[in-house]
Amino acid sequence: MDTLDVSRWQFGITTVYHFIFVPLTIGLAPMIAIMQTMWVVTKKDHWYRLTKFFGKLFLINFAIGVATGIVQEFQFGMNWSEYSRFVGDVFGAPLALEGLVAFFMESVFIGLWIFGWGRLPKLVHLACIWLVAIGVNASAFFIIAANSFMQHPVGAVYNPETGRAELTSIWTLLTNNTALAAFPHAVAGAFLTAGTFVAGICGWWMVRNMRRTKTVGPAEATRLETDARTMYRPGARLALLVIIIAGIGVIYTGDVQGKLMFQQQPMKMASAESLCDTELDPDFSILTIGTHNDCAGVTHVLKVPYVLSWLAEGKFTGVELQGVNQLQEQAEQDFGPGNYRPNLFVTYWSFRAMIGLAAGSAALALAGLWVTRKGRVPDQKWFGILSLVAIPMPFLANSAGWIFTEMGRQPWVVHPNPTGVDMIRLTVDQGVSDHASATVWVSLITFTLLYGALGVVWFKLIVRYAKEGPLEHDMHPPGDTDHEEPEDPDKPKQLSFAY
Amino acid sequence: MGLQEVWFVLVAVLFVGYFVLEGFDFGVGMLMPIVGRGSGLPADTRRRVALNTIGPVWDGNEVWLITAGGAMFAAFPEWYATLFSGFYLPLLIILVALIVRIVAIEWRSKIDDDAWRKRCDWGIIFGSWVPAVLWGVAFANIVRGVAINADKQVESGFFDLLNPYALLGGLTTALVFALHGAVFLALKSADEVREDAVKIAARLAIPAIPVAGAFVLWTQLAYGKGWTWILVAAAAAALIGVVFLTRAEMEGWAFVLTTVAVIATVVLLFGSLFPNVMPSTLDPAYSLTIENASSSPYTLKVMTWAAAFMTPIVIIYQGWTYWVFRQRISTKQIPPSIGLKFKAKTW
Repeated sequence: MDTLDVSRWQFGITTVYHFIFVPLTIGLAPMIAIMQTMWVVTKKDHWYRLTKFFGKLFLINFAIGVATGIVQEFQFGMNWSEYSRFVGDVFGAPLALEGLVAFFMESVFIGLWIFGWGRLPKLVHLACIWLVAIGVNASAFFIIAANSFMQHPVGAVYNPETGRAELTSIWTLLTNNTALAAFPHAVAGAFLTAGTFVAGICGWWMVRNMRRTKTVGPAEATRLETDARTMYRPGARLALLVIIIAGIGVIYTGDVQGKLMFQQQPMKMASAESLCDTELDPDFSILTIGTHNDCAGVTHVLKVPYVLSWLAEGKFTGVELQGVNQLQEQAEQDFGPGNYRPNLFVTYWSFRAMIGLAAGSAALALAGLWVTRKGRVPDQKWFGILSLVAIPMPFLANSAGWIFTEMGRQPWVVHPNPTGVDMIRLTVDQGVSDHASATVWVSLITFTLLYGALGVVWFKLIVRYAKEGPLEHDMHPPGDTDHEEPEDPDKPKQLSFAY
Repeated sequence: MGLQEVWFVLVAVLFVGYFVLEGFDFGVGMLMPIVGRGSGLPADTRRRVALNTIGPVWDGNEVWLITAGGAMFAAFPEWYATLFSGFYLPLLIILVALIVRIVAIEWRSKIDDDAWRKRCDWGIIFGSWVPAVLWGVAFANIVRGVAINADKQVESGFFDLLNPYALLGGLTTALVFALHGAVFLALKSADEVREDAVKIAARLAIPAIPVAGAFVLWTQLAYGKGWTWILVAAAAAALIGVVFLTRAEMEGWAFVLTTVAVIATVVLLFGSLFPNVMPSTLDPAYSLTIENASSSPYTLKVMTWAAAFMTPIVIIYQGWTYWVFRQRISTKQIPPSIGLKFKAKTW
């Protein structure tokens, strides 16, 4: 492979790794903030226990999210220096803002939250986790605004003297309609991920506790049932509510984003549908077979009428959609010879995987609300299994969605805006750094192996802590005088948390 | 002062912040295995004292680097692109070290197992030593200049970066950060760890003074300007002062002086660089300067507003964190390990 391919693989691999952990952080931070708020408001210990339990899982995840994110900040310059030169004037601004506004906030206040138990006043400590929650979401906004410039450049002009895109309006850049659709879509996806994660773990624990009551002594059985009823059930219900709201959000924002893409990046949508030739009211494709990275190899097996017209323009008939072949001809006229088709196989299937995998969360939400209706605590084994099976699915859907978004804009790294400045466009081969391919191979292999190893450790830690459940020493809040020995003024107070 | 000068200064400020704050984080990580070794304390306890002196703050400290990178990208995209593509392998090694360090710190206490902790400790030690050395090498090379051609591509290979001046720079940052960390530890810990940190600081000062002295003098003589002599003097005086203050157990003032030494050194490097941002050794015409590497006036203006508004807020809340966690940490305050055992209990 040449430098371009290796660089693309490297960016893809590192970004997909990063975005395994990111959505959980983005969604889980506000959920933990809500749990802690519930504890502060209702003073019920089980909300405290849930906060601590999911707080541990959150921190295990936060660490690797930061670790995999740090590379991204430098990778543009390392591997895509020509791209960085071309768009740095525009693209650097949201990145710097992200650091100034969001990264500082989340990393400083996460430290205060971790170490501040029992040291900060309760409300100040609560404010810390809320600021973390705001910070992680703000950082998502800035980076998605940056990415949206690559999909749909706005707020910039091309300066022929310097040969680069130059920012003309930060406001236009930050209110790019692509960003305003992509940001809520990604955040809704993140909430769906975190909601499914919490609901899955609580659901599994609920079933486990209820089933165990039959095999243990009466005292233990009471404890298990109380935990299931007073802790896991409210935790699960909260998370199920999050899934429902996030699910509606994902569908709505996805629809908005889809309609935008049909206008702004028709090639991406045509290839997502394997729509090879321009058609009036084409059918929505559900299943195709074939080798499929070219139009000739596609055989449509299952199609539904009307759906695609609705997705594209919000009406059922009278919609003409352009096909890949016509778009290719058009692009060659506009931009000169070249292959302007994305990988049809990847776009087609990642689009379907993204949508299809959301079914896991939907099934969990509907089943969960049903089995916990009217104060019920489920003990059905199938629900325990469903809870676990649902957890990875939104993670995979997130990856699929980003793979679709990013591979759908190929061969562009800055996709030309059909109604924007003509010269603000760049293909990936123009954006890559001039390295020997061996150099990039070294970093590709290093990051892949390192992240792979860390990913395995992350998974084991998450599983280990999830299986352990809420811990003994987190039964009661610090400073809870009913359960703590009176303070000895001669003895130095132990830290509530230490690495 | 034009906006390009403002942004040169702001990038310098961000790197000063990074090296002052992460300097002692690296130092603590570098010294973690040896501090308090003679005191008969269990290794894990004294290591945890050391680690927890930076516990609540190290993550926020590291963001100074991320923001410095972002600021370079926004204000001087050519600098960002040339530097990071030109210093590809050293940057890769630094990133690997930082990644390993982050997860090692955060995950260390998660599993109650000696082999696990040992592995995490190696991660922290590796992740602290490597950037401490390589940042010095990288910055010395930036000041010295590399072979930048007409296309703004760096032609110097990895081994060209390992020239005597740069290696001295790496040795300097490693020693100064270790000293900075030792003084910070002496300031933030109590009892055995504190006493040992004082001793380590006194011992580290002996090589640090001549090495750092030689490096700043070399920088000044080869690349410095008239006004930067004051920084050479400040760095040298501060390092010498540290020796006396640590002996007198005035850790607070000693820490102020190591901070001054770090600031003076970094400002000296940036001051020597100005108005270049990356000089070329091939032809001065190929050098990147604040003029030919910067963004457009509009971008600089927007970013200036953002920085003017956000930087004070960040400094205030980050400063408050240090205030909240200002107490010294003693071994008696370290709670028992609450990590889980490796193997899950059976159920």
